[in-house]
Amino acid sequence: MSTLLEKPRMAPVVRQERQAKRRKAYEAPGFLTYALLFAFFAGSAFPLWWSFVIGSRQSSDTNLVPPAVVPGGNFLGNAAKVFETVPFFQALLNSVIISGAITVSVVFFSTLAGYSFAKLKFRASNALLLTVIATMAIPTQLGIIPLFMLMADWHWIGTLQAVIVPGLVTAFGVFFMRQYLVDVIPDELIEAARMDGASMWGTFWHVALPAARPAMAVLALFTFMAAWTDFLWPLLVLGPSNPSVQTALASLSASGGQTPDNAMVLTGAVLSVIPLLILFIAAGRQLVAGIMQGAVKG
Amino acid sequence: MTTTLGARRAPTTLTAKQKLSRLDHKASPYLYIAPFFILFALIGVFPIVYTLNVSLYDWHLLKGQGDFVGLDNYVSVLTDPFFWNAFRNTVSIFLLSAIPQLVVATVIAAVLDQAIRARTFWRMSILLPYIVAPVAVAVIFLQIFNQYHGPIAGLLELFGLDPIRWSFDVFPSHVAIATMVNWRWTGYNALILLAAMQSIPRDVYESAALDGANKVRRFWAITIPMIRPTLIFVVITSTIGGLQIFTEPKLFDGRTNGGGNRQFQTIVLYLYELAFPRRDFGRASATAWILFVIIILAGLINFAISRAIRTNELRPTRIPRVRPRVPIAPTQNGRRP
Repeated sequence: MSTLLEKPRMAPVVRQERQAKRRKAYEAPGFLTYALLFAFFAGSAFPLWWSFVIGSRQSSDTNLVPPAVVPGGNFLGNAAKVFETVPFFQALLNSVIISGAITVSVVFFSTLAGYSFAKLKFRASNALLLTVIATMAIPTQLGIIPLFMLMADWHWIGTLQAVIVPGLVTAFGVFFMRQYLVDVIPDELIEAARMDGASMWGTFWHVALPAARPAMAVLALFTFMAAWTDFLWPLLVLGPSNPSVQTALASLSASGGQTPDNAMVLTGAVLSVIPLLILFIAAGRQLVAGIMQGAVKG
Repeated sequence: MTTTLGARRAPTTLTAKQKLSRLDHKASPYLYIAPFFILFALIGVFPIVYTLNVSLYDWHLLKGQGDFVGLDNYVSVLTDPFFWNAFRNTVSIFLLSAIPQLVVATVIAAVLDQAIRARTFWRMSILLPYIVAPVAVAVIFLQIFNQYHGPIAGLLELFGLDPIRWSFDVFPSHVAIATMVNWRWTGYNALILLAAMQSIPRDVYESAALDGANKVRRFWAITIPMIRPTLIFVVITSTIGGLQIFTEPKLFDGRTNGGGNRQFQTIVLYLYELAFPRRDFGRASATAWILFVIIILAGLINFAISRAIRTNELRPTRIPRVRPRVPIAPTQNGRRP
């Protein structure tokens, strides 16, 4: 807006001068910028790369100076040991089921409730929305004791539903979808659908859902990652024989007692990261955009 | 009002189909929000509220509910030196992670907030640690900080320095745990700050540059004041997260709950130890509520500090025209800004 107002007032010569100065001021980041960027990149990637390098060599290579950076040929051997020590395949399958179910549920219920808050008129809608916002700040992790008692009462300890059910909805998801849908669907579109005789559900299904797709994808991405990386709750309700990826990795790290097989443990860490790494390579761009649009609370 | 009007007209004119449609119109909004509220009541609200109930009883993991003891559980937690030890450790680890993280994230964001080549690649590269789960982060850094065999131990040896007892001594263990947190979250926070920096109109910088302000001056006089609301957001979210840290200290020595001498036991680890190895649900629940109150207090303190800083500093720094994200009001409470 302000640029629109200003430009006509400026004489062409002045504008040219300004643009020249502007270019000089910040349009040409130099060597230092790229050196810093590379340093950040190296700092981000090194621990993961080093784990892979050690995982493909042997435990005694951990304290080489300078640190080992060239992979060896032992990765598959170490990976085989991981699968012998903990039920890692079962863990991968469990984590896919848990994270998948939680993601589908959170995204669906959040879209449904978010649409209702964003576009439908009903009594007490503002008060109810405020409740949702207020509950976003509650650290739900502090409710683990009654939740554990509930799971024990239902004889769910050791089962996957004990991990899935407490993750079925989040207040953040509802608020996020509401914020997105309030701007993206014009009220006229919903009215038009109703004039054409569409039911409320039909309007939701054929108008709101297609419009909500981009936000649903972002919410799905972050929900899946949060469920995949969760540790405290699965540790409490899943036993070592039916673990999630995270609890399996924790048992792996504790295996071997005083003389752990470090190369194998690091191989396990790398294996546990691979699924999300694939997701990151495929959808990292959306992840970055999601964080920058304020998609996620810390 | 609408219902009475509708009712007067209804009996003769509405067909069954129209009635159904009206019911659809009235009930659907509630039906769409109902699943969320019902499930959230069960898995979000009920546990927190019921924790308060459990905290007022002697309550054993296996034996269940015992005698009503009033506030005894709270008294015994608050007079337990181990609780205060956990409190100190939590604050120490939090400060060692929050402060360096905020500084580095701001620097990274400022570096990224330029017309760089391969923007998406660099942005993704700093986000890489975020996809590594805390368990894997802990497992990896456990090796990096290994007192005898890790790369840091090797480096210290090369320079002829004494080995650092990362998992035995208080301060080194806090540094190691804070490093795990920092590694995972710095890039993530940098992206949030970058978004705030990019919303600053470029002509503000342009005017400042024309007035002869160099890069550093522009950073302190424009960038920092304009991203302040986002900085506060980052501080508050990392406080809420930091006070609940569990995975990293738990796995830093998996056989104990925060080290042989509890040198890095945090509040949630203390809670965990009470609830599961010790089976004392009553006192663990009291700890949960104490932590809840601490988190709220920390949020309020953050808020008060950031307000104080804002009223002290914003007056002398004059920023031309547009101020995004700060509500633009000519007079606030009768005061001139």
